Amino acid sequence: MKLPDLTELAVRNLRESLLRNSLTTIGISVGVASLVAMLSLGIGLQQLASRRLMKSGLFDTVVVSSRRDLRNFGHEEERNGPAPGESRILDESTRGEIEHLPNVLEAYPDIRFITELRYEDRPHLTMVAALPESAKSNDAFEALQGHFFSSNHAPEVVIQKTFAEELLGKTTKPGLDETSAAELAIPLLGKELVMRYAQREAPKTASSNTSSSSVAVPDDQSLSGAAYSVISREQKLKIVGVADLDPESMRGPTRARVFLPLGLAESLHVMQPTDLREISRAATDQPVYSSISVRVKNPSQIRPIEDSIKKMGFNTFSILDATRSLQQFFAVLDLFLGIFGSLALAVASIGIVNTLVMAILERRREIGIMKAIGASDSDVQKLFFAEAGAMGILGGIVGVVLGWAIGQAINLATNIYLKRQSLPPEHFWAVPLWLVGAAIVFAFVVSLLSGLYPAGRAARLDPVQALRYE
Amino acid sequence: MSSTANSAQRSAPATATAAIHATKLCRYYRMGETVIRAVNDVNLEVATGEFVALLGSSGSGKSSVLNLIAGLDRPTSGSVVVHDRDLAKLSREELAGYRLHTVGMVFQSFNLIASMTLAENVELPMRFAEVERGKRESLAREALARVGLQARMSHRPSELSGGEQQRAALARALINRPRLLLADEPTGNLDSHTGTEIMNMVREFNLQLGMTIVMVTHERALAERYAQRLIFLADGKLVGDETNPALVAGAGTDGSVAGELR
Repeated sequence: MKLPDLTELAVRNLRESLLRNSLTTIGISVGVASLVAMLSLGIGLQQLASRRLMKSGLFDTVVVSSRRDLRNFGHEEERNGPAPGESRILDESTRGEIEHLPNVLEAYPDIRFITELRYEDRPHLTMVAALPESAKSNDAFEALQGHFFSSNHAPEVVIQKTFAEELLGKTTKPGLDETSAAELAIPLLGKELVMRYAQREAPKTASSNTSSSSVAVPDDQSLSGAAYSVISREQKLKIVGVADLDPESMRGPTRARVFLPLGLAESLHVMQPTDLREISRAATDQPVYSSISVRVKNPSQIRPIEDSIKKMGFNTFSILDATRSLQQFFAVLDLFLGIFGSLALAVASIGIVNTLVMAILERRREIGIMKAIGASDSDVQKLFFAEAGAMGILGGIVGVVLGWAIGQAINLATNIYLKRQSLPPEHFWAVPLWLVGAAIVFAFVVSLLSGLYPAGRAARLDPVQALRYE
Repeated sequence: MSSTANSAQRSAPATATAAIHATKLCRYYRMGETVIRAVNDVNLEVATGEFVALLGSSGSGKSSVLNLIAGLDRPTSGSVVVHDRDLAKLSREELAGYRLHTVGMVFQSFNLIASMTLAENVELPMRFAEVERGKRESLAREALARVGLQARMSHRPSELSGGEQQRAALARALINRPRLLLADEPTGNLDSHTGTEIMNMVREFNLQLGMTIVMVTHERALAERYAQRLIFLADGKLVGDETNPALVAGAGTDGSVAGELR
């Protein structure tokens, strides 16, 4: 029998015992809904975790450092690649080169220095770091009091909560409630900080500086013009934001508490530790960076990009392995959720077997008639398979819709709860397209497997016995 | 009509080609310790185009013989050869193909599928034969029109009289143009007028299409009226085989139904 005829007959037969077949199909739907609900919770949580981690900027970033920087990671490369003394430096041209690699979103220098900031004539010493505009989407700035930098060159700063406490002279003692960022922001937003820093300047402009110390290099062939001045400068900065969370919590001792726009930081030519190391090599007004952060489109592209950068002669570092263990954890979680979700579908599959066995009993004579007028065993078998499959597909579709609706309801309820707790809304539930397709296919396959025994039994019916049946 | 009980097992006329050839046909059933010999050592030959009636009381084995010829059952021993095919040697799938293309069956209780309309019932064998939908529908329509049921095509069997149901069953039996029509008590559930109507149709198919007919009945009068040959069974054995002189020469008929089906 042809497939369209088979389907038509199967649907007709299912309509004949509408109530019983509907109940069986509802059973499958509940099974699929439970499976979809469980898996979409797992997927949703995984996506939530990935989103959070992505926003942290740690998992889509490769930190590139020169092999000349002997403090850095990846000492094994030093043995394999060119000797540190002969390897390339990280400057504007290499930054451009890296930025043009495929799947690279941006490459920005890591400008970071310890300096003094004066607030109401009191000095505060801290680490200052430059942030690109893309950092605005960083998770740590989600609950930012005030706003992010108005432009990449604005003389503005965002300060971390602990630094705000220091500025206001409030130190949190252990065990006591912390002051909220919102409270700290009120007296600080719009106020001015004065940053003192050491500017590195090329020789031709050095004479105009107020106080300067020159680093001179012997004027020989290889290092002609290799000299620059270090000038003490001051920059007024407006506090525009107070960050509740620590955007650099993973950086350990080098984490900054005050953040500048990257464009501004670059234009200030702040003296970097690498400037001293590179003095023996070249001293131009072109900056040399200690490290460059490379943001990629997707964490999965980190490995090939790291390889490309290593081939260029640099050391790289990323926290890719952490995402791998995360993926492993969620794979196990999904597996367990899937198993629990499948239990209901397993129960539903017993319902299919029961319904079809009942149908064989009821339609015994009909099977006999079909065989008498020329139906083969495989025709009868296929017909029962088609009935099981039709219930599976229909149950699968209804189940996916039901599972999706359950997810939406729980999402809504959770977000109402989060809102009452003054927390930002979240998506815990995700029903990706592949899950929709896979759930329907799974329901179909489970139904076919359930139909295996009844279909075989129907096919083996003796037509003479079946025709005698009343 | 003369009784020839002593010449119980004989062959069809030598001039005709054998449509059915049964040799030492046996079908035994086991019920606990007892062995029931439903068909016991039957030798039978039916010529192509012959109209044969199998007669006997209940339990004589006539329906069992019919089932063996129909390929619905397999013999315990012996053989049934239908149009040169030994049914005992066919696989289950081959037997299904045989039932689909070579045999048409009509039953006492009509055996239409209750959930289907008449048109769908008639179409059903063509679905198994994988006939294309358009052709299937037009053939079913024609077949039902020829048995006078064109107005009842979309009706379900339960909405029809017994005679109408049996006419629909005839249309279904003939839809794949079989060479052999097997009828198991086709008038058993019908009044005499409707029974005559159905039997006239069956005879027309026999005479006009040259279709071989084997009809099981326990009504001798009905058999004598339509069948060219009467075969008697008792306790699974063939106990009589008579020709019907009134019909064996090939009595004429109006032939309206068969003429259209040709």
